[in-house]
Amino acid sequence: MSNNEQNIVSIRNLCFSRGARKIFDGVSLEIPRGKITAIMGPSGTGKTTLLKLIGGQLRPASGQVIFDGSDVHSLSTRELFNLRKKMGMLFQSGALLTDMNVFDNVAFPLREHTRLPEPLIRSLVLIKLQAVGLRGARMLMPNELSGGMARRVALARAIALDPLMIMYDEPFTGQDPISMGVLVHLIKSLNQILGLTSIIVSHDVRETAEIADYIYLLADGKIIAQGAPRELEQSDSAWVQQFLHGYADGPVHFHYSADEYFADLLSGVN
Amino acid sequence: MQHSKIQDTLVGLFVAAGIAALFYQALQVSNLGTYTSGETFTVSARFQNSGGLKVKSPVSVAGVKIGRVSSISLDKETLESVVEMKIDSKYNNLPDDSDASIYTSGLLGEQYISIDPGPGLSGAFLKNNSKIENVSSAIILEEMIGKFLLNKANQ
Amino acid sequence: MLNFFTELGSATREAFGKIGRGTFFLLHALSGFGYVGLRPRLLLKQMYSVGVLSFLIISISGLFVGMVLGLQGFYILSDFGAEESLGVMVAASLVRELGPVVSALLFAGRAGSALTAEIGLMKATEQLSGMEMMAVDPVKRIITPRFLAGLICMPLLAALFSAIGVMGGHMIGVGMLGVDDGSFWSQMQSSIDFRHDIINGMIKSLVFGFSATLIALFEGYDCLPTSEGVSRATTRTVVNSAFAVLGLDFILTALMFGD
Repeated sequence: MSNNEQNIVSIRNLCFSRGARKIFDGVSLEIPRGKITAIMGPSGTGKTTLLKLIGGQLRPASGQVIFDGSDVHSLSTRELFNLRKKMGMLFQSGALLTDMNVFDNVAFPLREHTRLPEPLIRSLVLIKLQAVGLRGARMLMPNELSGGMARRVALARAIALDPLMIMYDEPFTGQDPISMGVLVHLIKSLNQILGLTSIIVSHDVRETAEIADYIYLLADGKIIAQGAPRELEQSDSAWVQQFLHGYADGPVHFHYSADEYFADLLSGVN
Repeated sequence: MQHSKIQDTLVGLFVAAGIAALFYQALQVSNLGTYTSGETFTVSARFQNSGGLKVKSPVSVAGVKIGRVSSISLDKETLESVVEMKIDSKYNNLPDDSDASIYTSGLLGEQYISIDPGPGLSGAFLKNNSKIENVSSAIILEEMIGKFLLNKANQ
Repeated sequence: MLNFFTELGSATREAFGKIGRGTFFLLHALSGFGYVGLRPRLLLKQMYSVGVLSFLIISISGLFVGMVLGLQGFYILSDFGAEESLGVMVAASLVRELGPVVSALLFAGRAGSALTAEIGLMKATEQLSGMEMMAVDPVKRIITPRFLAGLICMPLLAALFSAIGVMGGHMIGVGMLGVDDGSFWSQMQSSIDFRHDIINGMIKSLVFGFSATLIALFEGYDCLPTSEGVSRATTRTVVNSAFAVLGLDFILTALMFGD
């Protein structure tokens, strides 16, 4: 079981399809404990789906997801719910509960899963809010928060139960440079201070490469490349280079696959 | 927290208003206020013709309602109408030789059973499953008119 | 022609799929009774938004429906010289039919559409999914309290509608058109039976509350999590609830008042 001690998540031969479209076709990867692992790839490659598979919200067609020693998809509902208390997830939109203020949102998992007295819950919530720098915003409602603040509140909520691992779904999308910097800093420091394991799903190359220890590149349902950021930088794969540097044309074509251009134009004439 | 207290109060008022509305219907709109459907006893009577009498038609004594008709059926052998009525059990002092008649309230009104208390010769009272022997059937308007016309014609 | 059958087939498949999902959804929501029992505040909050916020529209509509019944009933009954029966007519139509049915239709429009939109938006903004990942069952937490609130509030709203309607009819009939006050009430009281009319009316509104709330919640929970999906689901809620209420009303009336 040394593998289990080293890796908090092991995914083996995962296959998943939505309708006729194969999202994952035999994906295997390992998420080491205490590290920040990034899963990157173009939009629509099912990165969010992968997080939902790890969290047990979706069932794979075949393959296994092992989280902290248990096979996520063979658990009963109750066991799965207990397992989820050990993982936090940060949704793209923050997914804050809109009918509660910031304080109650962060207190929500504590009130649901523990029987702690209210004064203790208050202290815990303030500690978590202090960690994300929003202790002063505790009475605000979610619709009064900016996108970056909402994500930080969601982050405070995700760490409320002191999970082993946090999954970040596109944490940097649509953020201004300052909030982006704040989030990058938060993810890195929380990972260090709390001894967390982090999985970041993203297509923001620069920010992700800055904090990730290891990167998996995902495309067309397969892992195309993997390695530490610096190794990938030096990869000689044209695809990796195109993705990392954002070239308009390359192995991923600029044009959506179509018939031959002139033939297509002329076919209307006859 | 002040906000949730107001909410509690409003929900409380709403529930109270709803229940009050139900009570209002029970007491003011329906028969529950005038007639307690508590303990009853069943009495039956046989009529040649029960006319337009219906289940739930009132049963009254001296114009005061004391019960309702609970079933109307046809006796297959005698071809008489068997009317059962439920009478409030507090009226347990009706002599067993009382008369039951079917009357109509007003020209177009509904039909009801009127019980005329008898002289009480036997000293016994109507009780559960008693039969009222002295009956007069419903007055059928068409028959009356027919007879009246016939009499006139004969004169 | 073949196309028609293909479409009919897929529509059937779709319909059965929906019924199946709806049944599981209902059972799942019912399984949350214990969860809500431990957190009565959730229920109270929903009774506020489902019941208290529908109170105004229900009572005003009840008043007007009662007043119209008083007017129309008077015109019809005075042709037969039977104005004294106005009370019966107003009360019987309200208690048996209009109270439960109209208040359920208003409920579907006011509270049902709001429920669908709320839950659809929660789904679209990943709140339901987020709750699931926090190991909280969103059906028990979100759906069950709303379902219970609908179940409790609908009969109360219907009772209010009928009671206010009777007052409205009285106001017009006795106050304005000069029907005798005593016979208005006494005729009403001698013809309206508590068990047969009022309790049956309450049972109707309980059934309507059950189906209208279930439809609203399921449409929200089952919708496509996009703005178009949510708006379509809201429309479907109002249309389907109206069909369900009117259809069930026919069946229930046939069962209850058909002797």
